[in-house]
Amino acid sequence: MASFKPTQIPDLPKLGEKITEDTLYWKNYKAPVQIKEFGAVSNIDFSPVSPHNFAVTAFTRIHIYGPFSQEPVKTFTRFKDTAYCGRFRSDGQLLVAGCEDSVVRLYDVGGKAALRMYKGHTKAVHVADFTTGRYQILTASDDYTCRLWDIPNAVELTAYQEHTDYVRCGVTSKLNRDLFITGSYDHTLRVFDSRTEKSVMTMDHGQPVESLLLYPSEGLLVSAGGRYVKVWDLLKGGQPLVSLKNHHKTVTCLALNSSGQRLLSASLDRHVKVYNTTNYKVVHNFDYAAAILSLGLAPDDESIVVGMTNSILSIKHRKNLEEPKETSKPRRRPSYRVFMKGKNFVPKQDDYFVSKPARQHLAKYDKQLKRFNVSKALDTALEAWLRRKKPEVTVAVIKELDRRGTLKNALAGRDEEQLSRLLCFVIGNFFDTRFTPVLATTAEIVLDIYQCVIGQSAVIDRHLIHLQKLLEKEIYYQKDLMEILGMLDTMFAFSLLRKELICVLQHYDDLSQL
Amino acid sequence: MVEYGDIRVVYRGGSKINFRKPVISNDSRFLLCASGESVKVFSSVTEECVHELRGHTGQVTGVLLRPSNHLQVYSCSTDGTVRLWDFTDGILVRTYVVGYPVYSIYASLNHKEVVFIVTPVCVFVFAELFQLVAVNLPQTPDQLVEARDLSAVLSDVSSNPSTIAFGRGGEYLASVNNLKMEIYFFKKNKSYSFSLREYTKNGGKNTFTCIACHPKDDCVATGHDDGKIRLWRNFKQKKEYTYSTLHWHHSAVSSLCFTPEGTNLLSGGVESVLVQWRYNQENQKDFLPRLGAAITHVTVSPDGALFSTSHSDNKITIIQSCVKVSAVIQGLVKGENVTTGLLVDPRSKALVLNGRPGHLQFYSLQRDKLLFHLDIVQQEYIHEAGLEQFEVVRAAFDASGLWLATVEERKQKSAELELNLKLWSFDEQTQSFVLNTTVSAPHEARITAMCFSQAADSQTTTLVSASRDGHFKAWQLGLPAHTDGTQEWPSWSCDFVGAYHGLVPRCCCFSADGSLLAVGFQEVVTVWNPTSWELLTTLSQPPGDVRNLCFGQLSCSKYLLGSNNKKMVCCWNLLTCSLEWSTSMDVSLLLVDSRSENMAAFCCQDGSTDLFVFKPSEPRPLFSQKAVCSGRVIHAVFTPREVMLESSEESSQWLNRSQLYFLTEFMDLLTFSTKAEEEKLMASSKQLVIDDTVAMTPFYLLLGKHRHEHLGNEESAERTPLPQSSVAIKELLQTPAHVLPATSFLCSMFAKSLLISVTETSFMNSLSVLSAVAVKL
Repeated sequence: MASFKPTQIPDLPKLGEKITEDTLYWKNYKAPVQIKEFGAVSNIDFSPVSPHNFAVTAFTRIHIYGPFSQEPVKTFTRFKDTAYCGRFRSDGQLLVAGCEDSVVRLYDVGGKAALRMYKGHTKAVHVADFTTGRYQILTASDDYTCRLWDIPNAVELTAYQEHTDYVRCGVTSKLNRDLFITGSYDHTLRVFDSRTEKSVMTMDHGQPVESLLLYPSEGLLVSAGGRYVKVWDLLKGGQPLVSLKNHHKTVTCLALNSSGQRLLSASLDRHVKVYNTTNYKVVHNFDYAAAILSLGLAPDDESIVVGMTNSILSIKHRKNLEEPKETSKPRRRPSYRVFMKGKNFVPKQDDYFVSKPARQHLAKYDKQLKRFNVSKALDTALEAWLRRKKPEVTVAVIKELDRRGTLKNALAGRDEEQLSRLLCFVIGNFFDTRFTPVLATTAEIVLDIYQCVIGQSAVIDRHLIHLQKLLEKEIYYQKDLMEILGMLDTMFAFSLLRKELICVLQHYDDLSQL
Repeated sequence: MVEYGDIRVVYRGGSKINFRKPVISNDSRFLLCASGESVKVFSSVTEECVHELRGHTGQVTGVLLRPSNHLQVYSCSTDGTVRLWDFTDGILVRTYVVGYPVYSIYASLNHKEVVFIVTPVCVFVFAELFQLVAVNLPQTPDQLVEARDLSAVLSDVSSNPSTIAFGRGGEYLASVNNLKMEIYFFKKNKSYSFSLREYTKNGGKNTFTCIACHPKDDCVATGHDDGKIRLWRNFKQKKEYTYSTLHWHHSAVSSLCFTPEGTNLLSGGVESVLVQWRYNQENQKDFLPRLGAAITHVTVSPDGALFSTSHSDNKITIIQSCVKVSAVIQGLVKGENVTTGLLVDPRSKALVLNGRPGHLQFYSLQRDKLLFHLDIVQQEYIHEAGLEQFEVVRAAFDASGLWLATVEERKQKSAELELNLKLWSFDEQTQSFVLNTTVSAPHEARITAMCFSQAADSQTTTLVSASRDGHFKAWQLGLPAHTDGTQEWPSWSCDFVGAYHGLVPRCCCFSADGSLLAVGFQEVVTVWNPTSWELLTTLSQPPGDVRNLCFGQLSCSKYLLGSNNKKMVCCWNLLTCSLEWSTSMDVSLLLVDSRSENMAAFCCQDGSTDLFVFKPSEPRPLFSQKAVCSGRVIHAVFTPREVMLESSEESSQWLNRSQLYFLTEFMDLLTFSTKAEEEKLMASSKQLVIDDTVAMTPFYLLLGKHRHEHLGNEESAERTPLPQSSVAIKELLQTPAHVLPATSFLCSMFAKSLLISVTETSFMNSLSVLSAVAVKL
């Protein structure tokens, strides 16, 4: 005698993205804290020293936020016009910022007024950064120049006039005090050595360069411009390594996570993408509400800070793993002794051993199906939690009833409430492609059975009309899709034909040359 | 034409064991059932076949214990004889020639040396009219006896044996046919008949299907077509009979049986539930559900300790009286059609084909026994007529036997075709197949062919399935996915979808090393590279759709053979991509032996099938036989031999490494066997009989134990030959008991024969022989 075979619940493919380690890691952030700034947030820079405050440059102000507070701990407001690129020095003591009015200002993080002002640029300064030597400042401006300044004396040391368009990004080497790289709207990246007069290396990005990033080892350089993110091998003389095209609008900002294993790029298309730096595949994606201008990642990836064009600063903090779960006291379970009762009994030699057959555990609907109670089986499968949480179980039971040829019997003889529950389920899941074939037959049978009583209940009628509308809409969609498919087919066919034609023509050309 | 005398076609796989009611012996140790032209004796404990009683030349239609001697059994057959057997030794005692085909046999203790048989009425040759005839069996010591003393008892009976039964102590005999029940009283020599209307008020059909008589009480139980059981009482008067009705079965009751004491009534039907009704307390009943397939017969052993049910899937279930299954005797299941074809499991070398609905059966060819059923569909089987069930339609093994792919489908009249592709991996620990991946709706239409890549040493296996939707798909095992520390099993996914000008692929085949894939798209054979999935070349030989495709093996691996439906066989050379040869032959089946270069082609010609075995590189066939069997051969397979035969004869060399099994359209499993093989088989079967002579009796236990100890003591000592070896004793032990003269006569002779051996063998040995003799007598 075989045992009852329970209903097979198909392990349906999960819709949506696949769960990988990366998605788990990057999803492990709390809901974002949103702060309204005075204007578009153009730059975010984390202080290299603990407690890792970060400077947010927005419109004419620079705010410094602490790692946990949502209020700025410090504000620099003494700008005449829009400020740009507020950056910390490596000791976290000084802050430099460019400005629309072409003056570069240096602040003490503790103070209020500017310590020094560097005047010499003729147009807005979009880039300002400290070199690793700690006593020099690199600036780059819309007047096509980049300059090096001595901090204490506020004198210009060198000026490079090699770019032929606005210089909008630059990065200084962390290992070499003399090296720095700038990217410009003339599509080029230039590597400068302050000991020489001219640039030592030039690379062509192909688009106006918006952002630059050096790997910690400084062997690789990442540049963003247009829709492209490109990786360059500096040790091979600026050879392009990879070109990534994953955004559909200009990429504005780049960042590297603390381990150097993941690269993040933010774009005006409102997405932040995370790449694996070994194979440069996108492993995760964040969505934001508006076009992103700036992106910052705290050390150890503790928080992700994003500044947007709608002047909102969004801060996501990492969830603490050790955070105790706020569950109520665990239910007191029966003691160990209860479960072990009689389990450690060792039979004596002459004891006759009677084995206890293992009882098969069946789900509620299976118990009803085993007894051929088809209506009850459908009722149990339509229980509220089951049909909401696990619609696949309900659908599997309906399918099983259909296989047994008793679906009609199970659906018949229902009162208004039961029928409306059933119809609700059908309407809710009708357009899930995994369930459509089963639910379509169900709906057909329901209509067949209850067509004589249509019009007697307002609730049922409303459901049926709703279903009809949904169906009409779906048919309309399908028609549209078919039309698009037809158009695409003609296009593909045409392009294929042309390719072949070209091939043939070339062939003829070759022949004629011969 | 050369005569191939040493190769002949033999039947394999046994025949139906559920054709007639089995019989359980008085001590409940043996179960006898009619099986084709023989009667099989099974042990009811070990499920093994102990003896096969061979002798009839027609289908055996009934088995019956002899009422006066419970160690003997009658069997009747359509060859017009009734034979009496001693079933414990498997010996034919006597043959009674009746002269008419016999369809069933009955006897009762009340009627000494008379059996009742059902024979056709001879007047009309074609009309299906049967009569019940009493046959007087003459008591003569001859082996062959003419039994011509016939007297008709009842006319117009059914040929179905379950429609006639003897009443209490053999006083009366009850028979049902269609809507009429007839009860014949022997004493009064008078019969009463009772008839029912064809339909009841509710529209149920009243036709009688079976009958059983209560052994102690005047009560007759009848089963009906609408699932009702009627209990008839007080039928000794024509007018005042009464009946009560029991109703549980939803379809026809196929068998009824009372227990020997009459306390319970057993019934079974298509629901495959054994129902046990309490006599006189009919609202109490026990059920034994899910017996696997529709019940065709129910029997009870004479002591009431065992029940047995025969099922439509060629199975006999032995059930203890506490309604618990104790043993299952399963024959090869032969459904209406074998859609999966014949396959060989590379691991167990078992023959695999679909058997029970939704299952694959694994049948051991060496042991001629069904090993197990693998549940493919994994759904509760609903026994209901007209219900569309999932059927296993395709199956394929990979070369190492690690993976099994199955396709199941269900076609409803109005709804879409439901298809499932399942991939099973072999689990070393449980030694069975475990479901790995289920692909629902792998194709949009029926799958026409499926095959695994053959190379055994390659790391990745590829499965190719071709479908009527005009595509073929390649499936590959994905890499194991690591998510959150839990390792998931690697699963199969689609790797490539191929099509060729919208034509329908009918067959596909991998080359022996797995480097080429050939797919036959109607008239065109396309050859693909399975690693890059590019189309390498197309071969075509119009007109006619390609039906079979196979690559040559070993030294002939450069050839690709194909047969089409316009009576052509083509052989292409893959190195030159040109046609090597072609011949006009209506090949229905083309298959290749994986152990050699040989190929076999079955050609169907006017009702019979011819076989050709050939090498693709040689012009002359190695072997050919006209009219191998009647009817079309629908499936065939080469199975590798475990031990290689060493036949030097040219004509049978192709059978050295492997055997050819084939299945005809009448569901007969046949094979070729050589003379050497048969001789070997005969020798082994003789040995078996000798081993069987020692029975387990208290006497044996007492002495046997002693003897074992004794043997253990002098294991190292040289053993003297046992007295069994002497001719006289051997003769004595091997002749059946009933042919032997009286014991007193034998005793002195036996003692004399022992006298010689006593001088050299121990006394214990002779005692053990004596014990064996005592058991026999």
